[in-house]
Amino acid sequence: MAKYLLLKHYRGGPERMPIGNVPMDQWSPEEVTDHIQFMRDLADELEENGELVDAQALSPEGTFVRYDGEGKPPVTDGPFVETKDLIAGWMAIDVDSQERAYEVAARLSSAPGPGGQPLHEWLEVRPFMVEPPTVTE
Amino acid sequence: MSGLDEQLKLLGPQVLGVLVRRGADFAAAEDAVQEALLAAVERWPAEAPAEPKGWLITVAWRKYVDMVRSADARRRREERFHDEPEPGETENADDTLQLLFLCCHPDLSPTAAIALTLRAVGGLTTRQIALAHLVPEATMAQRISRAKRTVSDRRLTRLGDLGRVLKVLYLVFNEGYGGEVDLAAEAIRLTRQLARAADDPEVAGLLALMLLHDARRTSRRGSDGSLIALADQDRSLWDTTLIAEGVEILQTALAKDRLGEYQAQAAIAALHADAPEADETDWPQVLEWYDELLRLTDSPVVALNRVVALGEVDGPLVALRALDELPADLPRLVAVRAHLTERAGSLEHAAELYADAAHLATSTAERDHLTRQAARLRQGLAG
Repeated sequence: MAKYLLLKHYRGGPERMPIGNVPMDQWSPEEVTDHIQFMRDLADELEENGELVDAQALSPEGTFVRYDGEGKPPVTDGPFVETKDLIAGWMAIDVDSQERAYEVAARLSSAPGPGGQPLHEWLEVRPFMVEPPTVTE
Repeated sequence: MSGLDEQLKLLGPQVLGVLVRRGADFAAAEDAVQEALLAAVERWPAEAPAEPKGWLITVAWRKYVDMVRSADARRRREERFHDEPEPGETENADDTLQLLFLCCHPDLSPTAAIALTLRAVGGLTTRQIALAHLVPEATMAQRISRAKRTVSDRRLTRLGDLGRVLKVLYLVFNEGYGGEVDLAAEAIRLTRQLARAADDPEVAGLLALMLLHDARRTSRRGSDGSLIALADQDRSLWDTTLIAEGVEILQTALAKDRLGEYQAQAAIAALHADAPEADETDWPQVLEWYDELLRLTDSPVVALNRVVALGEVDGPLVALRALDELPADLPRLVAVRAHLTERAGSLEHAAELYADAAHLATSTAERDHLTRQAARLRQGLAG
């Protein structure tokens, strides 16, 4: 019983999987639609399993913002991260075990790309912090 | 919660227990009971029945029969329904108990069992359970209905696995006090019910354990939510009534001479509760109980807690050597090493270990606590 964040970057798959690194805007429209449908179906399935906490996609247009002193407007800059480090979106799940979290991440990584082939994309899996247990000693 | 809500929350599970005992399909029976409860909310304020439970059973059973008749699986289910009723008897303490065993069925994962137990036996709403677990209501609704489907065709002719039920209740208790629902209080309520119906020293042991820990609830966190270690807690905040009750229940259980892990854990909690100040703790006895608990469970987590007690009895150097025998990847092992290293006087090394332990912590409260320990030592070393 633990929550995990499955982070999707623009990282592509391993070098040996040639389709893993083809940007989405170079796919056919059907391939894009199939990819998005896969994500929706997976989210539905996770909800039916009682495992889905949240699923969100992010706009790639991010800005860095910081405090610049009392009374001054925020300073904006960037983006200076590499595309592959950007977060494309996430799924948050509440599952029985780490194995199950990895299994779901692998499913997400198998989302279809060009030619309907699995993307083998790297997913980052991060456990949520939990509440400390009541019984500690 | 109003008086009526409170009354219905108590009666709902009992009525469900009766329907299930009569042979009703679990999932459909649960729906029928919900409808009966809704009907009660509408009608009782104007005209309260003389026998509320009997009223609910009659209405729920009628709704259940209607459902079964209109369901697709009509024929199959009607056969079961024709075998059925032995109406009249409504008082049966075992009904809720049987329901509890069904909800903690070994075919369910702990997550599913917890959700179903809180819903069907605890009488909490799906929304409340979802809030307490920080998941969307739709997800929790699915988790519960899947669990219902899983146990729907399971028949319990005898009571099932008691150890499994105790484990689920223990997990609910350990989930604590988050959100608007006090899960620790729910766990205590359910364990009290179980203890009334099942004369077993381990049930009593678990109840005692919960009461003794619940007694310390207000002293475990600072006003800002920060974690306060047992040694630093303000013991005047401990609830002496709960402690007295817990100790009494434990003593009665121990007298039966059928020791189990929950009684042993409760005995340790009782020894801590007994000490007016941290330095008056009877550590040799605590250590003996940990030896007992380790023999019963063979759990590495228990072994780690035992090392803490060993450190109090034989000193930090002996404890640090014992720590080397444990698996290095145990949760909280680095935090214990940091504590013992500080007591052994290697402050610089202890500060590093506290920082490492903070990095490994699985809760923000523990992380912040350990970070403050590292900061405290480093400030002392610099100053």
